[in-house]
Amino acid sequence: MEIFLSINDWFVGLIPAQITGLTKMVLIALAYLTLFAVLGLYLVLLERKVAAWFQLRIGPNRVGFKGLLQTMADALKLLSKELTGTVKADKFLYNLAPYFVIITSLMALGIFPFTQNLQAYDINIGLFFLIGISSIGVIGILLGGWSSNNKYSLIGAMRSGVQTISYELSIGLSLLTMVLITGSLQLSEIIEVQKNGWLIIQGHIPAVIAFMIYMIAGTAETNRAPFDMVEAESELGAGFHTEYSGMKFAYFFLAEFINMFIIAAIATTVFFGGWLSPFGITESLPWLGVFWFLLKTFILVFLMMWFRWTFPRLRVDQLLTLEWKYLLPINLGNLVIMALIVWLGLTLQF
Amino acid sequence: MRTATINNNFKSEEYFINMGPQHPATHGVLRLLLTIDGEVIKKVDPDLGYIHRSIEKMCESDSYQQIVHLTDRMDYLSAHINNEAVCLTVENALELEVPERVKVIRTIMDELTRLSSHCLWWGVMGMDVGALSSYFYGFRDREMINDIFEETCGARLTMNYNIPGGLRQDIHPNFVKRVKEFLAHFKTKLPEYDRLLTGNVIFQKRTKGVGVLSKEDAISFGASGPVGRASGYSCDVRKHHPYSALDRVEFEEALHTDGDSYARYLVRIQEMWESISIIEQLIDNIPEGDHQVATNAVIKLPKGEYYQKVETARGELGVYIVSTGTKNPYRVKFRSPGLSNLSLLNHITVGGKIGDLVATMATIDIVVPDIDR
Repeated sequence: MEIFLSINDWFVGLIPAQITGLTKMVLIALAYLTLFAVLGLYLVLLERKVAAWFQLRIGPNRVGFKGLLQTMADALKLLSKELTGTVKADKFLYNLAPYFVIITSLMALGIFPFTQNLQAYDINIGLFFLIGISSIGVIGILLGGWSSNNKYSLIGAMRSGVQTISYELSIGLSLLTMVLITGSLQLSEIIEVQKNGWLIIQGHIPAVIAFMIYMIAGTAETNRAPFDMVEAESELGAGFHTEYSGMKFAYFFLAEFINMFIIAAIATTVFFGGWLSPFGITESLPWLGVFWFLLKTFILVFLMMWFRWTFPRLRVDQLLTLEWKYLLPINLGNLVIMALIVWLGLTLQF
Repeated sequence: MRTATINNNFKSEEYFINMGPQHPATHGVLRLLLTIDGEVIKKVDPDLGYIHRSIEKMCESDSYQQIVHLTDRMDYLSAHINNEAVCLTVENALELEVPERVKVIRTIMDELTRLSSHCLWWGVMGMDVGALSSYFYGFRDREMINDIFEETCGARLTMNYNIPGGLRQDIHPNFVKRVKEFLAHFKTKLPEYDRLLTGNVIFQKRTKGVGVLSKEDAISFGASGPVGRASGYSCDVRKHHPYSALDRVEFEEALHTDGDSYARYLVRIQEMWESISIIEQLIDNIPEGDHQVATNAVIKLPKGEYYQKVETARGELGVYIVSTGTKNPYRVKFRSPGLSNLSLLNHITVGGKIGDLVATMATIDIVVPDIDR
């Protein structure tokens, strides 16, 4: 860590004191933008490869070594495409919508502790911020569907609204269940608590239930199969982004994948000890934390891809039945049980 | 008073939406005019004609050998069975007795066609309810059948293997071996189909009780094939009016009584097992002999009207030929299973959601060129 501090000192010495903070902010933002693009593109590639494995195919293997540059080429194609739209669209909202979606996912990405001290901003209400920010993302989808002036888009957007409002509750409640153990919403604090054992082990049975509900609700929140009512291609064509093309479409597309990463990253942080190593050697090698964090997150991402390529899609009313009649009551009961367990001191600690 | 105002403010309005002709769920160029209230379907109005090629009219200026080629292009997934329907009609009219070898090979090819059609249907069925992977599994097995066709007929989709009087050429020397290989492979894969879709809770929720068709309605709409049989209407032409070698094989007619999408799904899965059993009964004893009998180069049917029906993968295909004794038919009419099966779409989907419509269309298994002709 020493070397990084000295690099920091040397760097701060180079620029005038008045703009040190600003420069740092810009640099960090650039770093996150790069991370965002690389992560998004390679998650898309991963999804295509995983899909291929599930479907007896090889997947992209032509562009670059073993197809590693395939999504880069796709992104370049999308960048160079003409932006088309409908004449009768509400131009302002139509153009605004993709940014809502992409900026919120970028903001959410910013507060994850990738390892000890490697975190852009450690907000004391971290989890609350994440849930809040993910609710804003749906506004982009609603706006995009509404302003496109297309009935398929509108149906998709309305489905998205219904779905997100319902499943936000489950996400919030299942995370709240875990917050009962940590006593803090700050992500670094949550990980600190897990040095005595991952929360899914500390909270044992209710924690496992909360995790399962969280993964179901998280899949629904990101509008992925089996909950991809929003863009059910056999029903609605492309759903809410039917009328988007080129980079605007790519924003929606990338944001979907980043959101999947975020959902998995929250689960990693809250249930599986974030960047903590399962073998307890992280303290001596803090940079290994990045590896552990990404490993756990990608295992969960793979789980979500597994869902997508195995399950059929639910119908929109069945989706709401699942949330309001099953997940929500279970979740509320689970919360009470967890409160009792914490109150009676029955959590497992090592 | 207060509730009345609220109701007024939130009065829902029906709207109209165009599903197709370019839409992933309509499997081709079918256009559905939907009237929807929110997600609930109020009316489905199929609009046909986007792929009409006037095949029936073209038949009137073609010779009987040429008509066979046109029937490939109707229900392209049952190409072989369509060919056979025309050939049987012409042979019956000429009172031509084809060799036993031809009958057996025709039946084997029929059942292979049915298997290939049902494989494709199964894959697309999964895709329509959102499980994309099933598509590739269905196509993997279908490819093996297509390879067998390619070897024997020289074509994979529009086979043109039947001619009036027999088969265009004899089967490939590898035919028996490869069919057996395929059956051995497919018998291990068909239980996999069940594991991926049939037993899935979401899949059952999507299909059970959706698009229910009663037996009376099935008969009055002229439903045939798996659609009719899922409603308990025993309508298998192979059973009731056996043709070719079907009179010497044992098989069960797949019958279900629920009449919903799930029943139609189960009927087709069961039909696949039955087809396998039919092929197994025949493949080991293909009689030796000629693969065709000589006919005149110009076939002239005696004056009169001729009708023959066969069971395609989709249902009952009827061929009706009116001849005046010349080398061309005076009038040809095809009774295609797709059209009557599509006609009940409005009846069974009204009141359901958009997702139900897609699941129902998948189990009706329409092939649009068969409907339009």
